[in-house]
Amino acid sequence: MIREADDTLTIFERSKPGRRAFSPPELDVPERPLDELLSPELRRAEAPRLPEVSEPEIVRHYNRLSKRNFDLDTGFYPLGSCTMKHNPKLHERIAALPGHARLHPLQDPHQAQGALELMWRLQEALGEIAGLPHVSLQPSAGSQGELAGVLLTRAYQEDRGERRTKVLTPDTAHGTNPATVTMGGYEVVKVRSDTEGNVDLDDLRAKADEDVACLMLTNPSTLGLFETGIEEIERIVHGVGATLYYDGANLNAIMGICRPGDMGFDIVHFNLHKSFTQPHGGGGPGAGPIAVSERIEPYLPRPQVVRREASTNGAEPFYELDHDRPKSIGRLRGFQGNYGVFVRSYAYICSLGAPGLREASETAVLNANYLLARLRREGVMEYVPAAYERLCMHEFVLSGEPMRRELHIKTLDLAKRLLDHGVHPPTVYFPLIVEEALMVEPTETETKETLDRFAEVVAEILKEAREDPEVARHAPYTTPARRLDEAGAARRPIVRQAM
Amino acid sequence: MTRYTSVTDADRSEMLATIGVSSIEELFADIPAGVRLSRPLSLGQGSSEQEVFEEFRALAARNTSAEDEVSFLGGGMYDHYVPALVDSIILRSEFLTPYTPYQPEISQGGLQAMFEYQTAISELTGLPVSNASVYEGPSAVAAAGYVAKHTNRRKRFVVSRGVHPHARECLRTMAGAWDMEVVEAPLNQGTTELPELTDDVSAVIVQQPNFLGAVEDLETIAKAAHEAGGLAVAACDPLPLALLKTPGESGIDVAVGEGQSLGNRLDFGGPSFGFFAATEALMRRMPGRIAGETKDVDGKRGFVLTLQTREQHIRREKATSNICTAQALNALAGVIYLSWLGRRGVVELVELMLQRTAYARERLTALDGVFGLHDRPVVREFALELDAPVQRVIARCREHGVNPGYPLGRDYPEHENGLLVAITERRTRADIDRLVDALSAAVAAEKPVVGVTR
Repeated sequence: MIREADDTLTIFERSKPGRRAFSPPELDVPERPLDELLSPELRRAEAPRLPEVSEPEIVRHYNRLSKRNFDLDTGFYPLGSCTMKHNPKLHERIAALPGHARLHPLQDPHQAQGALELMWRLQEALGEIAGLPHVSLQPSAGSQGELAGVLLTRAYQEDRGERRTKVLTPDTAHGTNPATVTMGGYEVVKVRSDTEGNVDLDDLRAKADEDVACLMLTNPSTLGLFETGIEEIERIVHGVGATLYYDGANLNAIMGICRPGDMGFDIVHFNLHKSFTQPHGGGGPGAGPIAVSERIEPYLPRPQVVRREASTNGAEPFYELDHDRPKSIGRLRGFQGNYGVFVRSYAYICSLGAPGLREASETAVLNANYLLARLRREGVMEYVPAAYERLCMHEFVLSGEPMRRELHIKTLDLAKRLLDHGVHPPTVYFPLIVEEALMVEPTETETKETLDRFAEVVAEILKEAREDPEVARHAPYTTPARRLDEAGAARRPIVRQAM
Repeated sequence: MTRYTSVTDADRSEMLATIGVSSIEELFADIPAGVRLSRPLSLGQGSSEQEVFEEFRALAARNTSAEDEVSFLGGGMYDHYVPALVDSIILRSEFLTPYTPYQPEISQGGLQAMFEYQTAISELTGLPVSNASVYEGPSAVAAAGYVAKHTNRRKRFVVSRGVHPHARECLRTMAGAWDMEVVEAPLNQGTTELPELTDDVSAVIVQQPNFLGAVEDLETIAKAAHEAGGLAVAACDPLPLALLKTPGESGIDVAVGEGQSLGNRLDFGGPSFGFFAATEALMRRMPGRIAGETKDVDGKRGFVLTLQTREQHIRREKATSNICTAQALNALAGVIYLSWLGRRGVVELVELMLQRTAYARERLTALDGVFGLHDRPVVREFALELDAPVQRVIARCREHGVNPGYPLGRDYPEHENGLLVAITERRTRADIDRLVDALSAAVAAEKPVVGVTR
């Protein structure tokens, strides 16, 4: 009998004593007894049981694993609120230049002028895009940017002798917003959405009191809708002395068209892995810089990249790390932030320039509205209607509730059946206020043909469900794994290889 | 049309007609006129790929990287050799470009890699549960503090002065928001001297080896923390753990650390990854993604994100952390690197560094005007005290193409002329001898006048 090839064997299960991929450099100093350098009571009982494998096996193992992943370079990935736009190949090349990649974070600033200038220029560019003058690149991801925003609010208000206790978040907010609020030491107060999908201004007025420190808002919202009442929201929030925080997850809709700073936001975070093309890496790395207004600036994290003009004429300006910031909230992480991400995102800004960024946002909004219109034309809205009958921004939300009622397949089933058609499903079951939600964000980098096909695939799946709902209910069929037992995994967690 | 968009003028007309509007402008009708930007962004007109490449090459050329000098910088990130297979695998689109694996059926590769990574970190730390990564080392210390706060609701962190200064600052940043106090435990002869621990101590936090390179006695520290009813947290340098008594063996509850030295490049400080491992008892309080093994409907083995009821997208304001995007690709580089080293290789590599570090330490401390800051055991990093102004000594060494290390004065004013020296496997005996010569000459030139005793 021929043995079965098992693609799910782990690298540990491929291990065999005696195999190796690493050959150590020569020991070129006089060898001293190990016990003399590190006595036995300081040492571990046995070596870590890492795999024993040769280089060809490692390469084949991970290549095989890679083929069990779907990725953006292979197919359409309309995952709402994640902005799965193309990741330019140039960026990997320039980020790998030794002058960037092998630069030590504790290098003396005199020997890191290229890096510090790049960071300063990115700060300036992000500040211009946000319409807010001061930028810290430090936060590691959007959620850490949010945390910075909450801590900045606290520092600013405490400096004014205020101790506030609550932070407002709309019921459409990303989960990171309320989680961040708790982590930042505040109580979450939820604000309702109205029938148009906007923040309910009456509810906001009722909840905005002197105990409110901040309103965290995503605009366009996670419904893909621009808050038409943004000017009134600003008046209400600032009217009670709270700060207005902009969650930049959906910035891709508005670059060069309008700016959070001009809407009255005090603090903004960017997701460089969304609007600014840092590859998502299967769950990171990203970066979550923040931009703030003048009054929040003194509290920005330490250190800050600053530019000092030369004292003598004709000399180059000098870029340095300013640690001397007495009102700073302090550090959120080590060193200077995710510099490799800054390289890629700044390259993107240089490539596109002002006209290109505006075109990116315009096309993102065009693609989303076109896809919505195409779905309408396919006749699927009877089963998966738009949650709100409005023009959308860069993404839109459908409700699969009629589909569930009438065709007896859930949003989850539709998502899983999409996998069989080579399409990554939209974000599902979010935002929470829409039943059986599907959140679709096509991004500007997709072709019209791709969008047409997506609409046709959705129509085809619904047609199939009318004939036999069981097909979708048991999908997918063609993927590396079929539906997985997530409940069982959580009940009896196996989180490492047994040995 | 930009080179990254694909909609032609003809497409646009057709698409607008399908939507039922006559211009792009109409799509933005919901944005009030009062908040519109009435001018173009002030950002330049855009550049060709070739122009951008040249510009970024020029910026890179203005940095002095570990390629350009013989560098002994460490202090949390290290110039290790990254094998070619790491680059070749992590640049594959299938690993580089997907999102977090929310659809496990088409994300088995990434999920299995996370599971393997968790296993490798569990082996290194000797703790049963690792998550799939956090942002990086110093913020991981604050994340461990958050777990401790939720576990025992106590008011105080005791943190060793041997913990990375950035990590201590991250902890202080968060402790303010939690109304918690941070007390620093001093170093005595290079290692942590714990104060009397009271019953309001939430966690005792140390670093292994500590910032000055010294190997700490984790077992004694864990015991003291537990006797006071608090958690014991160790921020660990992962490579030395191949030789050192593990956090698990020492009774530590949470081991975190900076993962850069595992197959990640320096990148001026990031992106790298942080690791987070803990005891079984703390599993459901951990932050971040965790991959778990399960089966699909055909009974075939598979992997999923598990214990998601801890996480922000499910639990919202009651989540154990706000973390969403972490460092999956960097953690993947980590597990590939550890597989490349292998069970024997990881020990051989660390023993090599141990030997070269011992050689460097012995030769350097024999120099006139150079003293060991402590004489505790070390693995790949140690601290010196110079009998000369350290910045001037560094400047002189630089003239000879040697960067002798990190000056300690900013972070440790009590060691104004302290110097932290890291010896990775990339620093050969010849490099070390060059450092000895450069430092010897520099200290001699900068030393206070003869006759003034130290």
